[in-house]
Amino acid sequence: MNRIHKIFLYALLISTAAITLSPIVWMLSVSLMPAGASSTYPPPFLPDDVTLEHYENLFTRLNLARYLLNSTVIAVGVTLLSLLINSMAGYAFAKYRFRGRDKLFRLLLAGLVIPAQVTMLPLFLMLNKMGFINTYVGVMIPGMASVFGIFLMRQYMLSIPDSLIDAARIDGAGDFMVYWRLVIPLCKPIFVTLAIFTFMGTWNDFLWPLIVMTDDSMYTLPVALANLMGEHAQDTELMMAGSVLTILPVMLVFMVLQKYYIQGIMMGSVKG
Amino acid sequence: MITVFFFFPVVAALFMSFTDFDIYGLSDIGFVRFIGLSNYADLLNDPLFWTALKNTFYFVLVGGPLSIAVSLGAALLINSRLVRFKSFFRLMYFVPVVATLVSVAVVWRYIYHPRFGLLNFALDKIGIEPIDWLGDPVWAMPAIILLAVWKNFGFNMIIFIAGLQNIPEELYEAARIDGANAVSQFKSITLPMLAPTMLFVGIITMIGYFQLFAEPYVMTQGGPVNSTLSIVLYMYQEGFRWWNMGYSASLAFVLFLIIFIGTLIQLRVQKRGYEG
Repeated sequence: MNRIHKIFLYALLISTAAITLSPIVWMLSVSLMPAGASSTYPPPFLPDDVTLEHYENLFTRLNLARYLLNSTVIAVGVTLLSLLINSMAGYAFAKYRFRGRDKLFRLLLAGLVIPAQVTMLPLFLMLNKMGFINTYVGVMIPGMASVFGIFLMRQYMLSIPDSLIDAARIDGAGDFMVYWRLVIPLCKPIFVTLAIFTFMGTWNDFLWPLIVMTDDSMYTLPVALANLMGEHAQDTELMMAGSVLTILPVMLVFMVLQKYYIQGIMMGSVKG
Repeated sequence: MITVFFFFPVVAALFMSFTDFDIYGLSDIGFVRFIGLSNYADLLNDPLFWTALKNTFYFVLVGGPLSIAVSLGAALLINSRLVRFKSFFRLMYFVPVVATLVSVAVVWRYIYHPRFGLLNFALDKIGIEPIDWLGDPVWAMPAIILLAVWKNFGFNMIIFIAGLQNIPEELYEAARIDGANAVSQFKSITLPMLAPTMLFVGIITMIGYFQLFAEPYVMTQGGPVNSTLSIVLYMYQEGFRWWNMGYSASLAFVLFLIIFIGTLIQLRVQKRGYEG
């Protein structure tokens, strides 16, 4: 009985995994086929001839290196800035006593139900006034601080014993010194977690860069890919290659650091 | 910081929704007039708004529960005592969550291709006639829901696994001694113990699903015959394609209101569940 049960479970698990992964594998496989090869019936799952021509085309004719650069600059920039700002805010919420602190924190959490789209219109106008439309800064601004990031940092920093901070103070360390030399090193794991979340979230983001980047040369990869879809919808293999290149960097980051990512979700959900 | 870039814009958005801010206002703020609730009145008479609202609710009410059910199913499977290689399967199921939404929307557009797509090929194998997934107004939204479930189930699955692991094993042992079978164990132990997790998952899934945008933008542009036009897509078109930013802001606020009420309802239902 248990044995049959077990075989059944594994069959279910493996077939689910196969269905889950097949679009990704198919994407990779079609991206290596010669142009037009996938538009046959029955649809081929594996390429007969392997070619890298679409990847080559993307870089030589379609300016992909530029989009890759844009995406990288923006994602890395937002990640670094958000680590700095969220950790400072989280530290303030966790360790400083100021009037209305807990109220303010609850207000922030309540802000989670406000969809980002509500803020996009005024933010756009604000950036337009300041001349930040179509710049890296413009795309990066809303991502610099996040409720989720502050929450994650605060929860983690609550576990730092006050006595440790007091001891450092007695030794004559100023506020910034305590934060920089004591708090940050103690919070390394949560820094890694937030860094992955922010990097991947920014890399994958679509609506905001679509709004802010008006010039083709400033597009991020997802925006460029969506744009490419308009002109090259018939070039299945080329579009697949573009998709592969867009996904690849986040996938690599995730595979290397997945432990921290999954921990982050669990932390966020336990006291969410 | 947050106040400047978050709460200030919310108030500003509310204010904008009471104005006729458009492309002229963009060039000179002097052209903007205060028009009270006109935008909201226009919304009520705008058939496209009602279509977008209906489509978005369709997506949330069908796609949301379906995606939660698949997540829970996957979590139960992986969490089973008989299964090994848990972290391997967990990782595999999580891959779509990480993948860039625009990319997978592009890929799925080809999967849904009526002639050369994988899905119709697979359906053909079991004797189902080909369907023009993204070209048929009846099937376009189900196609988008299917993509969303595939893309998102891994995320909630992780949360469910964490929730399942917090249920004390003794409860199940006691139930087994009492002779409860798997189904009644699930009903009387697993589900009630998962209630807080379920609430959290329900709320974040609802909030996320109400913001449907990239899938229809990439796959259908809202078509065919507006069958996949979502609120956010309509808001984007009005605000950033036609620069009717006042009108667009009123759309954004309606969306906010709906999400807010939806959250309150879920909190209320959950509370009653505890008391009953």
